Amino acid sequence: MTNTQQLKTDVLVVGGGTAGTMAAIKAKQANPEAEVLILEKANIRRSGAIAMGMDGVNTAVIPGNSTPEQYVREITIANDGILNQKAVYQTGKLGYEVIQELDSWGVKFQKDTYGNYDLKQVHRVGKYVLPMPEGKDLKKILTRQVKRHKAKVTNRVMATRVMVKDGRAIGAVGFDVRNGDFVVIQAKAVILCTGACGRLGLPESGYLYGTYENPTNAGDGYSMAYHAGAELTNIECFQINPLIKDYNGPACAYVASPFGAYTANAEGHRFVSCDYWSGQMMLEIWKELNSGKGPIQLKMTHLDEDTISEIESILWSNERPSRERFHESRGENYRTHGVEMHISEIGLCSGHSASGVWVNEKGETTVPGLYAAGDMASVPHNYMIGAFVFGRLAGTNAVEYVRDIEHLEPDADWLAAEKARIYKPMQNPNGIPHTQVEYKLRRIVNNYLQPPKNTYKMDIALNKFINYHDTLDLMGARDPHELMRCMEVYFIRDCAEMAARASLYRKESRWGLYHYRIDYPEKNNEEWFCHVNLKKEDDQMTLFKRPVDPYIVDVNLEKEVYDVKVASK
Amino acid sequence: MALTTQRVDVPVIVDESKCLEKCNACIEVCPLDVLVKNPETGKAYMKYDECWFCLPCEKECPTNAITVQIPFLLR
Ligand SMILES: Cc1cc2nc3c(=O)[nH]c(=O)nc-3n(C[C@H](O)[C@H](O)[C@H](O)COP(=O)(O)OP(=O)(O)OC[C@H]3O[C@@H](n4cnc5c(N)ncnc54)[C@H](O)[C@@H]3O)c2cc1C
Ligand code: SF4
Ligand code: SF4
Repeated sequence: MTNTQQLKTDVLVVGGGTAGTMAAIKAKQANPEAEVLILEKANIRRSGAIAMGMDGVNTAVIPGNSTPEQYVREITIANDGILNQKAVYQTGKLGYEVIQELDSWGVKFQKDTYGNYDLKQVHRVGKYVLPMPEGKDLKKILTRQVKRHKAKVTNRVMATRVMVKDGRAIGAVGFDVRNGDFVVIQAKAVILCTGACGRLGLPESGYLYGTYENPTNAGDGYSMAYHAGAELTNIECFQINPLIKDYNGPACAYVASPFGAYTANAEGHRFVSCDYWSGQMMLEIWKELNSGKGPIQLKMTHLDEDTISEIESILWSNERPSRERFHESRGENYRTHGVEMHISEIGLCSGHSASGVWVNEKGETTVPGLYAAGDMASVPHNYMIGAFVFGRLAGTNAVEYVRDIEHLEPDADWLAAEKARIYKPMQNPNGIPHTQVEYKLRRIVNNYLQPPKNTYKMDIALNKFINYHDTLDLMGARDPHELMRCMEVYFIRDCAEMAARASLYRKESRWGLYHYRIDYPEKNNEEWFCHVNLKKEDDQMTLFKRPVDPYIVDVNLEKEVYDVKVASK
Repeated sequence: MALTTQRVDVPVIVDESKCLEKCNACIEVCPLDVLVKNPETGKAYMKYDECWFCLPCEKECPTNAITVQIPFLLR
């Protein structure tokens, strides 16, 4: 018999990573009387993308260096015009306050000799990158603040569905990934902060968890929001990153290019003019590799000893510190070798590209009482500071929303059905292991969804993803841990179907490699200057166009085209 | 379903002579929840080969008992 735990809170935050911890802290700051609970699949002390900190802030808008308007312009151009500028503006406007508050909590950002934030240029125009050479304990500091603000935390419980009644979010269900308890949490508002869909494509190594994103982030929130009836957007704008070949971290030009490193082809020639990650840059990388001019590399061999040791000391202590042993095991060194780079597996992540659950400038989804923040919420190129900013917005707005709202009792039949769905693999301990079921699913993703996209391939993919429901039914789990991995495969399948449908729907190419279609190779602003949104309607995945909101910052997209190509030598 | 158990090289190595029986630090911080105690010996080990080679387990171990290698398929 499965034990059931019943919990009640005013605001429920699902996922205690970057956005989630900030959402809880801000909700408590706005109303210390309100009950705020973080539900976390791992342990908030070291969970999510920033488990080991970050090398730097990628999108810091600091007075004296740049303005929110300049930032909105740059992101508008980089995202080919498809965005809600009001939401992006929030990141530009509130990011500075977030950095100052983190600073006051003991998070260290790089400063110059006068004590000013020491910003670096990586973007095409403007300085937005703020190094954090001592950033590794970011998550420990956030955890301390969560405790100090008296937000509650339940670790090692994975959410599987948002509960919805009378058209509004009324809580979530899930299970304890260690003892297997069924967990039902009633809440007046729910904030989803479960990060990217990092386990969509399969890394070339074939290692399921060797992904760029923290593999605990399997697209849980994308799928949960979808089943709750929320709109998702720009799903066809995939996340694809330039990474160290075979390793799952950046090489990393953001850290090294301000010191003079650059991305080059095998002969050592530059072929991109800007190292800021964009679909346009990824398309140049893809072309360079496919024209036989690879392997491509991050070139540092021309730098002097002091510079290289400084780069090493940053790259080997933060974010992805196992880089050092990766290079070592291959007998490679920045002094003698370029760092070979390659194209990552595909994923969904607004933090890096633009795919996510639709949110407005308040962090609200299209379902009342349901909020989203961070990599899973649709604010393009939002990165870490954007996750903090939208965590803050969602936290403060949700706590305001719950003031005049009562709890609603969940529907008993719905709960029973969800419980049966979750525990099914446990009834079948000799079923096919989740590892094999997941491997096969993600291999289909690689074979048929990885750009360049075309209709034939994507039709095959879609068909296979729909039929994969039957394969999921064969999965077996022997303990709650395996059950967690099984439920993640369900999320991955949902995301794969969304990715195929959205990519088929947008009949043009946009965002460089992210949505590069061989059958529609050109951008077509007349028909496709809009968002492609999708949602669940009568149990069907429905797609539709959503107009781009009027701009608040003027950008002439005819004149300002994001182009980072360097004419070949 | 017919099943078999295969040998796999796992990335996390625990030096049992250094691992403390009363400690749980690495198990608590792992984001993938792949480390557990062997109930017979009280020592930690990697039970599931699902590692992001992110290193919190190694950094938080009070006795430096843990070594994380790059998973075999990548190194
Ligand atoms: C390798 C790497 C390098 C990066 N480098 C930079 C950089 O240098 N600068 C920068 O600005 N940005 C960088 N980013 C991006 C930035 O880290 C992210 O945009 C940001 O941290 C996302 O925050 P989040 O809260 O959305 O996700 P996360 O911080 O990953 O949090 C998601 C949380 O949800 C939990 N969770 C997931 N599913 C469930 C579930 N079903 N139930 C309960 N809990 C769940 C997870 O365990 C996790 O704690 C990098 C990202 C990566 C992966
Ligand atoms: S390296 Fe990371 S994922 Fe691997 S066991 Fe240690 S903490 Fe867990
Ligand atoms: S942290 Fe170190 S000492 Fe503690 S259980 Fe893990 S391996 Fe043993």
